[in-house]
Amino acid sequence: MTTTSTAAGISQATLTHLQRLEAESIHIMREVAANAENPVMLYSVGKDSACMLHLAKKAFYPAPPPFPLLHVDTTWKFRAMYDLRDKAARDAGMDLLVHHNPEAMEKGINPFDHGSLHTDMWKTEGLKQALTKWNFDVAFGGARRDEEKSRAKERVFSFRSANHRWDPKNQRPELWKLYNTRKSKGESIRVFPLSNWTELDIWQYIHLEGIEIVPLYFSAPRPTVIRNGLTLMVDDDRFPLEPGETPVMRSIRFRTLGCYPLTGAVESEAKTLPEVIQEMLLTTTSERQGRAIDHDQSASMEKKKQEGYF
Amino acid sequence: MTATQDPVYVTDALIAEDIDAYLLKHQHKTMLRFITCGSVDDGKSTLIGRLLYDTKMIFEDQLASLEKDSKAVGTQGGDIDFALLVDGLAAEREQGITIDVAYRFFATEKRKFIVADTPGHEQYTRNMVTGASTADLAVILIDARQGVLTQTRRHSYLVQLLGIKNIVLAINKMDLVGYSQERFYEIVKDYSHFAQQIGMESFLPIPISGLKGDNIAARSSGMPWYQGPTLLQHLEEAPVNDARMLDQPFRMAVQWVNRPNLDFRGFAGQIGAGVVRPGDAIRVLPSGKTTTVKSIPTFDGDLDQAIAGQSVTLTFTDEIDCSRGDVIVRADAPCEVADQFEATLVWMDEHAMLPGRPYLLKIGTQTVTATVTEPKYEVNVNTLEHLASRTLGLNAIGVVNISTDRAIPFEAYAVNPDLGGFILIDRMTNATVAAGMIHFALRRSQNIHWQAVDVNREAHAALKTQKPAVVWFTGLSGSGKSTIANLVEKKLHALGKHTFLLDGDNVRHGLNRDLGFTDADRVENIRRVGEVAKLMTDAGLIVLTAFISPFRSERRMVRDLMAEGEFIEVFVNTPLDVAEARDVKGLYKKARSGQLKNFTGIDSPYEAPELAEITVNTVDLSAEEAADRIVAALLAR
Repeated sequence: MTTTSTAAGISQATLTHLQRLEAESIHIMREVAANAENPVMLYSVGKDSACMLHLAKKAFYPAPPPFPLLHVDTTWKFRAMYDLRDKAARDAGMDLLVHHNPEAMEKGINPFDHGSLHTDMWKTEGLKQALTKWNFDVAFGGARRDEEKSRAKERVFSFRSANHRWDPKNQRPELWKLYNTRKSKGESIRVFPLSNWTELDIWQYIHLEGIEIVPLYFSAPRPTVIRNGLTLMVDDDRFPLEPGETPVMRSIRFRTLGCYPLTGAVESEAKTLPEVIQEMLLTTTSERQGRAIDHDQSASMEKKKQEGYF
Repeated sequence: MTATQDPVYVTDALIAEDIDAYLLKHQHKTMLRFITCGSVDDGKSTLIGRLLYDTKMIFEDQLASLEKDSKAVGTQGGDIDFALLVDGLAAEREQGITIDVAYRFFATEKRKFIVADTPGHEQYTRNMVTGASTADLAVILIDARQGVLTQTRRHSYLVQLLGIKNIVLAINKMDLVGYSQERFYEIVKDYSHFAQQIGMESFLPIPISGLKGDNIAARSSGMPWYQGPTLLQHLEEAPVNDARMLDQPFRMAVQWVNRPNLDFRGFAGQIGAGVVRPGDAIRVLPSGKTTTVKSIPTFDGDLDQAIAGQSVTLTFTDEIDCSRGDVIVRADAPCEVADQFEATLVWMDEHAMLPGRPYLLKIGTQTVTATVTEPKYEVNVNTLEHLASRTLGLNAIGVVNISTDRAIPFEAYAVNPDLGGFILIDRMTNATVAAGMIHFALRRSQNIHWQAVDVNREAHAALKTQKPAVVWFTGLSGSGKSTIANLVEKKLHALGKHTFLLDGDNVRHGLNRDLGFTDADRVENIRRVGEVAKLMTDAGLIVLTAFISPFRSERRMVRDLMAEGEFIEVFVNTPLDVAEARDVKGLYKKARSGQLKNFTGIDSPYEAPELAEITVNTVDLSAEEAADRIVAALLAR
């Protein structure tokens, strides 16, 4: 808090930007807890999820957050992510639900052989299946408006039709902090408590609050190969090496975490949070560039969202 | 070109030299939310794109894609088209318009900024009001070539309506008027005159060029005559709203009661105004009960104090009733509690407002049922004239009276937007249909009290040895409602029951002779019948009503008026073709030929009940059989 003196002569304060963002996110989470029948928090183990989970702990303290965590898994996440996932849920005293799309499992869908089908089936379809299976009416997601142009227009409370589609032209106006949480039969709501946070805000908050994140965000020597301009980490034996390809140890870290065969690393020496933030501030490319998913077409994220991708 | 094309807001040297010092500095940043108002040609998107560019919020890959897009679809002849940065959705990129509110982020060393970007076409009022509701400051754009236009007046009025105190008049495209000082002052003079008319206390005019970057981040060398701050400088200095709320008495709407175990009961909410400390005497409204704050527990330990804007949890020293929707206030400075208000409404839905129809009203953390009167007047946002109106359509603004089904704690919007701003929600579609701002409570709501009577409804009913009820027949014209209701009444009468039949046609000859058949009049028709039926149940009667009553909302409204279990909805289910074939009164024929307007089933909708207590199918049953079934069902309850 920045301390100032008011007319009344009492020592008072103005909230900093992070305190205002924190207060807003907590307000949003409590609105959901008070109104939803069966809410869930989507947890992807990334830094945004870590931040969101931390805020949930604060919002309902001393009670544990009154909803479970849901991980829509693809079986292709980094191993370090699975480790932190289980620990974080335990520490928060929350139930952890994990869903694998049985059809993708059966067909052996993987990012090496199936391209964008991998994301469609494991993530988009998997998420729909999980929400339907457990009958969740409200799901928290860690998306931020600064990530991508179509996100900039999305509401904090974003409604999905019975088949999980998003209609960007038919969104409810959100005034003040009065969220209209009423849904029609079959509708569900995706709620984004981090809407107004930027990537820098997230990093600063993690630093300030000492939130535990996956070590992959910090630089270390790791086995890598370079494909289509992306530096990929060979995280386990399932990575099919091409003839003549040998993993090379490089000092790398990740700005964003997803399925390891789809997530590009950056070469870096940043071993601490301040160094990571420093690198981010001096960097010249935007965050999502490390993800293969956005490259298809410039409006690809909007299309994915309409189809039900988070 | 007078300003440099390169980003002039250079990266802080501390980032490279001493990141820890940089982080420490940036933890103390404040946050300002603002809105930019302007129409399609005022250069609004260009200005926002410029702010992002000048504050280095655009990365190399984004810049590369921007340059590519500028060549393909840009409007700046191959130069960088900043507008493309902020026009988000694919559909709007093709049409070259923005269709909704979008939020943008950038930061300088002193502040983080959130910009609400709202489009400039017909949905404007709704979107602008949405964007302005959370803004600390507004930037009103004027094209220097055009000067103060109708739209400038409209933007200014809306900004004023939403209570924004910090207003920047950005006179844009100065490069296209030769950076003329005379032109700038001419516009400022025009605008001052208008600002005075609408009661705007102050504004700051800045001559800029969004395209060229003049007086955005960098001072313009083309306008040495301008000595004031650049736009970015001013945005860094302007006060935020939270600061204003700090000086007011403590207010917090309760969002959530935290009860993890029997030993802990905490009341969670976001502080709307003032300060709270352990030991403070507080009052819970509307009950008025008082107690003392025991502690402010958080994840990081107990707090000594909490201030406006923070989301906190409070515990009390006494176990008093307090739940979601209640407002905790300083004991010696409570806010008012009332159930009737004057308010300004901004209508946001394609379906016009229906006076008398119950809507849900969400204010603070509580949702109540509310009805709205006919507007006292509608405001023409272009001329600011007051117009007579019976309703409010999409984007219309008007002043109305509102009554709620229970008393709510509130404050005037101008004093405290948190307890004075509300939304209206349609109970059937769940759409947010209006935004509202309370002016004051109506005196009569505090002065009209219920007269307690000794011979009450129980006494009336006991004397008649019956349970009062409203048997509400609904169905299409010609479905047989009146015929069946009449038979039911005869049968009940024969059984010694005290009944009364309110028939649609008959009521329209007297009580409701002033009403026609528009949607609004139909709502009022049912409201009056509902109130009369309620009085009759208080008198202990079994009331039968036969009205088409086509809308679910109004039937629901009457249901809500009655005691639990005393409203019995009877759906006389006759398909339209059957009713039309019967056409007892010849009305369908008239409606089909266009002589009769707003006829239910033909050019006005009938919303069939979803959960009627009794449904009779008149295709398979005779009127007599239907009446027998209904009587049997009534006696069984």
